[in-house]
Amino acid sequence: MAALVELRDVSKHFPVARTLGELARGQHPVVRALDGVSFDIGAGDAVAIVGESGCGKTTLGRLMLKLAEPTGGSISFEGGELARLSGDKLKVFRRQAQLVFQNPFDSLNPRFTIYRAVAEPLRNAGVPTRQHAERVADAFRRVHLPDLERYLDRYPHQLSGGQLQRVVLARALVLEPRFLVADEPVSMLDVSVRAGILALMREVREAMGLTAVYISHDLALVRYLCERTIVMYLGGVVEDGPTDEIVRRPRHPYTRALVAAVPVPDPDQPRAPLPIHGNVPDAREPPSGCSFRDRCPHAMPRCAAEKPLLRVTGKGHYTACHLDL
Amino acid sequence: MILEVDDLRIHYATQGGTVRAVDGASFAVPEGKIVGLVGESGCGKTTAVRAIMGVLSENGRRAGGRIAFKGRVVDEAATKQLLWRDIAYVPQSAMNSLDPVYTVGRQIAEVLTKRGGRSAAAAKARAIELFDLVGLSDRRLGDYPHQFSGGMRQRAAIAMALALEPSLLLADEPVTALDVIVQRQVLDTLRDLQQRLRLSMVMVTHDISVVAYLCDEVVVMYAGQVVESGPVREVLARPRHPYTMGLRNAFPDLLSDALELVPIYGGPPDLGATLDGCRFAPRCPFAQDSCRAGTAALADAAAESHRSACRRDNEADQLRAAAMDPATWQHS
Repeated sequence: MAALVELRDVSKHFPVARTLGELARGQHPVVRALDGVSFDIGAGDAVAIVGESGCGKTTLGRLMLKLAEPTGGSISFEGGELARLSGDKLKVFRRQAQLVFQNPFDSLNPRFTIYRAVAEPLRNAGVPTRQHAERVADAFRRVHLPDLERYLDRYPHQLSGGQLQRVVLARALVLEPRFLVADEPVSMLDVSVRAGILALMREVREAMGLTAVYISHDLALVRYLCERTIVMYLGGVVEDGPTDEIVRRPRHPYTRALVAAVPVPDPDQPRAPLPIHGNVPDAREPPSGCSFRDRCPHAMPRCAAEKPLLRVTGKGHYTACHLDL
Repeated sequence: MILEVDDLRIHYATQGGTVRAVDGASFAVPEGKIVGLVGESGCGKTTAVRAIMGVLSENGRRAGGRIAFKGRVVDEAATKQLLWRDIAYVPQSAMNSLDPVYTVGRQIAEVLTKRGGRSAAAAKARAIELFDLVGLSDRRLGDYPHQFSGGMRQRAAIAMALALEPSLLLADEPVTALDVIVQRQVLDTLRDLQQRLRLSMVMVTHDISVVAYLCDEVVVMYAGQVVESGPVREVLARPRHPYTMGLRNAFPDLLSDALELVPIYGGPPDLGATLDGCRFAPRCPFAQDSCRAGTAALADAAAESHRSACRRDNEADQLRAAAMDPATWQHS
């Protein structure tokens, strides 16, 4: 299928406070939150972006929604470059691309009723008021919040976490978007409730033919949502492939460590010892060449000299590593 | 048993009335074992641990029950005496136990001099030893908490908890805020320390895979009560209480073949209300009229001190088989 979202060599560098020495030398140090990220997202696909804190996954989500601008490279939506969108075209994009926030407790204004919260995007988009009630009702039906009247006049604090997350999802869906970015959409929810929200997101996506990106630190969880997973480390993509392959036969040494580290709820499944040591290095001073090489058990001289690019390592599977995988 | 908790009741006074956060919970921690106290938010697991330490918030009080440490019954005042020297605490966010304006080394030394009565020189030597124990370089003793990564802060909090050589460590979600690789590193350190120092440990967590990885025994709490307890392997492989069965179905498993997570419909009851019968009954697919009428005590099941508080415990094997089918949990 044709790509809906295309990223080409996308970078995002944040300037950081300079030391006196750097000031004197006229240097401008930056944190490379993202460095040279390229991939496509096909229309109707569900893609997971996983990685540890600081890997750049949240920044990437914001860039794809044009909530921030890249410092290099380009991002296109339906062939149109986001950086060039303005006026009516930008308005159309804003309707079509929506964000689902991480924490439902923080993402709703406590002074707004549920109705007002869900109708707000309609108002912002200039949808005539007479259509609001019906559109809100539609969105509520989609997220399986029955007894509409029971909720509309309530305030966020009167709802449970699971209900709130449904409201947050309803608000993201009320403009009938085509592209959804969900940043850790269930990490604040209890286990028994979380499973229901995951099933709902899958159902909604299929019913509406949505293209979705799920950003998460939890590889075990995204398995239930996405057929494709992109693994990030220190601002770059290290592996991109079918989720099942990533989980069962990870190629990149970092992905292997990530998979080995995930605990499983079955005490009879032996877990291999962690194959790597140390911590993620300072993003101000990443290693030369491969950014993972200082922790990699297989690092060789080439890894310091040459940054590995993504290459084909299986069907629909790409890995950025010099090893013979 | 190094710690015994019997019929513990903790009440919070709130504007809406009395909330029975812990309502008759019983469990025990064997010497040298790691016990996982597991449950969802509001089940009372953190409150129970805070009560053991004698550090309930101001509106909370012990309304009943008995806590015994090494066979000696401890009331609220006595519990505070045990803190640090016998029972130590590792919080979820080490930022809460580390003061941002003092170096980490100074804070550890302070525990050693003020509470442990050591000389400044002895405290310094012990701080170096403690950092080494938890896998931190002693060069970092002069750093401030903000100069540490999340994993390092958690290690520092563990070092501080171990300063006065306690025999029981209470850890409240000690790895929840950490990235998965760092989480694994800290869990491995905890297990290593527990074995080397022959510590007993209570690990409060919502994460049954952390329990599966680290703990010897598990205590499952729901709505202020213990619904099931026993050896981890036994409880997770052959759960007897429907809540534990449901939790297992709802929990993501990287290695399972099932491609669906099964939710438990509804939510936990309001602990400010008067509750009759089994508290899980409104969400339980196996509930019968008798379950709504009366509670079941935590009773010994088949073997290995595996206990479950379910009225239908004699049918546990059949219920477990039925619970494997997602359709069982479908909301009617």
